[in-house]
Amino acid sequence: MMQWRGGALMLGAALVAVSVGAQAQSGGDTIKKIEEYRQALADGNPADLWEARGEDLWKQKRGPKNVSLERCDLGKGPGVVKGAYAELPRYFADADRVMDLESRLLHCMTTQQGMTRAEALKVPFGDGEKRSDMEALSAYVAGESRGVKMNVSQAHAKERQAYALGQKLFYYRGGPHDFACATCHGEANKRIRLQDLPNLTETKDAQKAYTTWPAYRVSQGELRTMQWRLNDCFRQQRFPFLEFGSDTSVALLTFLARNANGAEFNAPAIKR
Amino acid sequence: MKYATHLRNALLAAAAAALLVSGCASTPRVSAEQAHDVLKTSFTERGQAKLDRLEQDDVQKTCSYGPGTAPSKEVLDALEKAQLAAIKFPADGKLLGDWRAGERIAQTGTGKQYSDNAAVPSGANCYACHQITPQEISYGTIGPSLLGYGKVRGNSEAILRYTYGKIYNSNAYTACSNMPRFGHQNILTEQQLKDVTALLLDPSSPVNK
Ligand code: HEC
Ligand code: HEC
Repeated sequence: MMQWRGGALMLGAALVAVSVGAQAQSGGDTIKKIEEYRQALADGNPADLWEARGEDLWKQKRGPKNVSLERCDLGKGPGVVKGAYAELPRYFADADRVMDLESRLLHCMTTQQGMTRAEALKVPFGDGEKRSDMEALSAYVAGESRGVKMNVSQAHAKERQAYALGQKLFYYRGGPHDFACATCHGEANKRIRLQDLPNLTETKDAQKAYTTWPAYRVSQGELRTMQWRLNDCFRQQRFPFLEFGSDTSVALLTFLARNANGAEFNAPAIKR
Repeated sequence: MKYATHLRNALLAAAAAALLVSGCASTPRVSAEQAHDVLKTSFTERGQAKLDRLEQDDVQKTCSYGPGTAPSKEVLDALEKAQLAAIKFPADGKLLGDWRAGERIAQTGTGKQYSDNAAVPSGANCYACHQITPQEISYGTIGPSLLGYGKVRGNSEAILRYTYGKIYNSNAYTACSNMPRFGHQNILTEQQLKDVTALLLDPSSPVNK
């Protein structure tokens, strides 16, 4: 653990050095250099540690009912993990609701393992020694979709409803800054300071963004999931605190995931 | 800028109409009220960010359109007029403050997030979206470059009032701008607004060197 953190810090410093050093050159060069660092790290992504811990957690008997998650149905049948993430969010008849991976994990932890919602969400987003089981489990399940094409369904009426709602919410402005997701992610080739902003309404950018989460964030030394990503973008949007697994989060994730359909899933990735 | 926005809206509308014809007819419609109701169940208050932030004012309601649902030119013109009428210019008539203080405000990214201390004055983070001084190379591109702004425009009374007014309420001149309404929404104080106006217009500001 500690070793990885040290390594991560060094990588962080290297990335900063690269981006500062590249300022006299073109932005394209900066991106190329960062790509090179990513390549160099490709067989040593610290996300491996989260994936391994997640696999253990998946198989461990846990909670008051002392059962593992190996009977949890992620949409492809009880216990099937392979390729599941590439088809989420989806409608689940047992909950009569569309769920993303993290809502579904929460559902299985409460209904099958007998945990309370508060227990299951004790650490939704990890912070150093306070490790998040949810992030580890998400890393493991997502990793089992590497190389699988995104294939999010719109067959059920509630799936279509979630997509339409997600799209509407993407353009919903509010708060003191009048921001919507679209303010920062609605046009091509924009950036905030030096950070590139994907245009999430355009297929290519949407695919690249969605298929690279969850991700190990070098700047934080943590693995982060899509629930975290949305939560933190809403914070920057000056909205209040997004509840984990809320209808807003599931709708937006349905919108983003469906827009990535056809692209090969390739996460947990590594990011700034 | 404004013409470009309207043109873009028209193009988006045409593109969406084409999509509908090609048959995505089964997509359900979601109203603004439905979206608002879902938001109300999805957030909790934290720090200074209370749930009232999910309530939209007229501008936010009008400007939350996606592809193919852009408001008409008449609606956008009326919006600009109403926002222009709501601008409060300083009672002392002075629009220029201290450009050095303005530069600090333009650099500061904190303010109004639940993670920010509400007792500390907000920054404006102009650099998040604009190139401003030649010295700062870490700038965003959501808005146009403001390099040489005062040198190009001069500082006639009209330019002074436009610039202060623009920062106070961007929507008074460009309906549905992506730029926050810094005065109208009480993000910046009157003194802070004067300071960032000076950053753009003071002849001794690095913007105009
Ligand atoms: C104020 C600007 C802002 C707003 C508003 C905003 N975001 Fe972001 N978003 C960012 C920034 C900046 C990044 C990149 C962060 C980084 O590089 O560390 C980002 C990253 C992302 C990513 C990951 C992209 C990738 O390629 O890794 C997704 C997905 C995303 N945002 C979705 C959303 C959604 C959905 C909303 C609306 C709820 C939203 N954002 C609102 C600024 C914003
Ligand atoms: C979230 C992004 C964003 C931020 C932050 C922002 N702006 Fe803007 N700004 C824009 C956009 C987009 C435009 C172009 C559309 C328009 O005119 O409203 C713009 C336009 C302007 C213009 C009009 C330029 C012209 O040619 O007439 C001025 C002046 C300006 N901004 C100043 C500022 C200042 C000063 C700040 C900080 C106090 C600031 N902006 C912060 C996005 C932003």
